[in-house]
Amino acid sequence: MDLDGQGEIKQLVERLGREGVVAILGAVTPEGVRMAAETLMHGDPSYAGPLAGVALGIPSYHILEPAIARQVDPALYERELALTASVVDIAQLVKPLEQLRAGRG
Amino acid sequence: MELRGKRAIVIGERDGVSGAAIEACLKSAGAEVLYVTTQCFV
Repeated sequence: MDLDGQGEIKQLVERLGREGVVAILGAVTPEGVRMAAETLMHGDPSYAGPLAGVALGIPSYHILEPAIARQVDPALYERELALTASVVDIAQLVKPLEQLRAGRG
Repeated sequence: MELRGKRAIVIGERDGVSGAAIEACLKSAGAEVLYVTTQCFV
């Protein structure tokens, strides 16, 4: 996650609190998904940005996770998500998120 | 996890699903979107 984004999210959470806050990701590589999710849960793993050592504890989900995608308006799903969903391995993207959410990542 | 009533931080990706697309999808499901970005790794 870029450094500006880390700073903005840190300020946002400090201002509004983290009650009911979740992150929804759109990356299509397991590494990209894991890096973003780890940064928001445990802090910046590269120790380069404002979230270094800052564990926000925000759980991450992928927009293509079946449990998330099924809540989206069907017409929007078809227009915005269906094509990407057809060409990526969703289970591979979701795996690191499930591990992090379960406290195993 | 039910999206309705949740407050969302959206981290899209240019080569995947963009932040704007995710934002529209989440709003349709009743979530409040607090922050949106679309990352680019090129």
